[in-house]
Amino acid sequence: MSAVEEVATEAPAIEAVPKRAMTLGTGTSLVMLGLFIVAPLVVKNFVTFQLTMLLIYGLAVLALNILTGGSGQFSLGQSAFYAVGAYVSAILMETYGVNYALTLPISGILCFVIGFLFGFPALRLSGIYLALATFALAAAMPQLLKLGFLEPWTGGVQGLVIDKPDAPFGLPISQDMWLYYFTLVIAIAIYVASVNLLRSRSGRAFMAIRDNEIAASAMGVNVALYKTLAFGVSAGITGIAGSLGAIVVQFVAPDSFSYNFAIQLFLGMVVGGVGWLPGSIVGAAFIIFVPNISESISKGLSGAVFGVLLFVVIYLVPHGARQVAIVCQQALAKWRKR
Amino acid sequence: MDLFFNQILAGISTGAIYACMALAVVMIYQAIDHLNFAQGEMATFSTFVSWQLMQWGMSYWAAFVISLVFAFVGGLALERVLFRPLAKAPILTNVAGFIALFAIINSSTGLIWDFTIKQYPTPFGSAPFLGSQLISTHQAGMIGVTLALLLALYFFFQYTRIGLAMRASAALPESARLVGINTGWMVSLGWGMASAIGAVGGMLIAPVVFLEPNMMVGVLLYGFAAAVLGGLSSPLGAVVGGFLVGIMENLAGTYIPGIGNELKLPIALFVIVAVLVVKPAGLFGRPIVKRV
Repeated sequence: MSAVEEVATEAPAIEAVPKRAMTLGTGTSLVMLGLFIVAPLVVKNFVTFQLTMLLIYGLAVLALNILTGGSGQFSLGQSAFYAVGAYVSAILMETYGVNYALTLPISGILCFVIGFLFGFPALRLSGIYLALATFALAAAMPQLLKLGFLEPWTGGVQGLVIDKPDAPFGLPISQDMWLYYFTLVIAIAIYVASVNLLRSRSGRAFMAIRDNEIAASAMGVNVALYKTLAFGVSAGITGIAGSLGAIVVQFVAPDSFSYNFAIQLFLGMVVGGVGWLPGSIVGAAFIIFVPNISESISKGLSGAVFGVLLFVVIYLVPHGARQVAIVCQQALAKWRKR
Repeated sequence: MDLFFNQILAGISTGAIYACMALAVVMIYQAIDHLNFAQGEMATFSTFVSWQLMQWGMSYWAAFVISLVFAFVGGLALERVLFRPLAKAPILTNVAGFIALFAIINSSTGLIWDFTIKQYPTPFGSAPFLGSQLISTHQAGMIGVTLALLLALYFFFQYTRIGLAMRASAALPESARLVGINTGWMVSLGWGMASAIGAVGGMLIAPVVFLEPNMMVGVLLYGFAAAVLGGLSSPLGAVVGGFLVGIMENLAGTYIPGIGNELKLPIALFVIVAVLVVKPAGLFGRPIVKRV
């Protein structure tokens, strides 16, 4: 439209988060871990189920965080990878009788490969264009799962029902509690692995690409490789989260993996703080509990209440839970000095 | 061959809807550099306002003009009140704000006017256009209005002082401020105009898809897709993109076997992604040159 030569000196879309600010200190981590271990012992079964979902959504948000906060790529297609993970587990368990724990690595690897391959066309796109491309994936996924010739495996529109696994070795705990600890162990393993990944050579390459792609490639970072790798890792983790989700909910159906879910995961990431991995769990809590809270405040206006609450959060803390954590840290440091 | 041309014609008439929405999307993208996810809901709300005015006995054109003014002022107010404080926040936080606005408007519209489907009148009538069964006078009118809007916008941006000022403040905000342009008001003006264009789109679309709170969700998706396909920096691209998406959607539905209504959207999106992979800035967009 304008005849002026467009020389964009735009600010980077995602702020640079130094890698040390991406994690929690040891003390805080241990306290959190303790809380997560004790929690199901004192609450009801249904709450345990909710906590399990919290961990699973937390993993999915974490995966998006690695992609967006780590490597600076934007995705609205995470629900598609989650769906693939969920269906892989469901089909392996129900049709082929595979043990539920063994389905996790399979769907993780499969999603990694799909994500890695999807990363190639995504290389050409960035920002809003990449958002649209990934969104296409999310919009297509429910319809693809409903396709006629896949119906013997996917069960079509009706979806699949999965049996709930019992606690092994005759442990005297309920199924919900067993699944909770099972999920917790996997979530912690993935969290630790992600933290280490971002601290490693690959993680530094991600962040270099996020902060300045041209400078990164001038420094010898293989931009194409690391961008696709970030997509793969993110998709793999999302796939594992999807598998866990399928096992815990005991049900998969195409319509539960619509793009709305991808948007929710995105909101979770923003609320938790983009690029701050521990924030993922806060974001997950937001997308699980806040819709319920707004439903209880007003039935007819639940959407509006949700929107208002979301506005309140982003007004108070535009940088998400990370900002809260930083403020707390500074207050603590001041208090110690006295 | 007859079927082929008929499908293209039908595609053009649905494409007009998308083109209208895409135009609004591009407008706001020019002004604020974001895609506004609440655009469709804002348009739906304005359309409901005009419907309410007509229920109270106002004529179509009076309601049309009043709700346009309402949309303009409303868009301006939303920017001033809700999004001005977020101007310095990260982009992704802004996107979350749009999603919040979407939820708020959608839910309030549902509460005020409930979710039943309503008839909405058309000023053009619905007789067959020039004897063709596929395109009605309303759809022809819609195409006409879209093209007229495009022309008006072109003249506005190209030949008026204020249009020039808006372009300047979108392209180089700092330099624009140095030559005395109030860039803050230009952004608000962009919101108001985008909201009004969206309202025109909503009022034209409502007779076709019927009026209900969720009527714009699907349309907005196609509108985004069209805007991106045409290149987000070009209003002409948006309109062409809108027509192309409409045609593509129709042809895919007719010629690729096994595609129901449900798979139309993914197919259209995949074609767009394929185009973007070849031409990353869209068909008419200019690639952004980065200074290192």
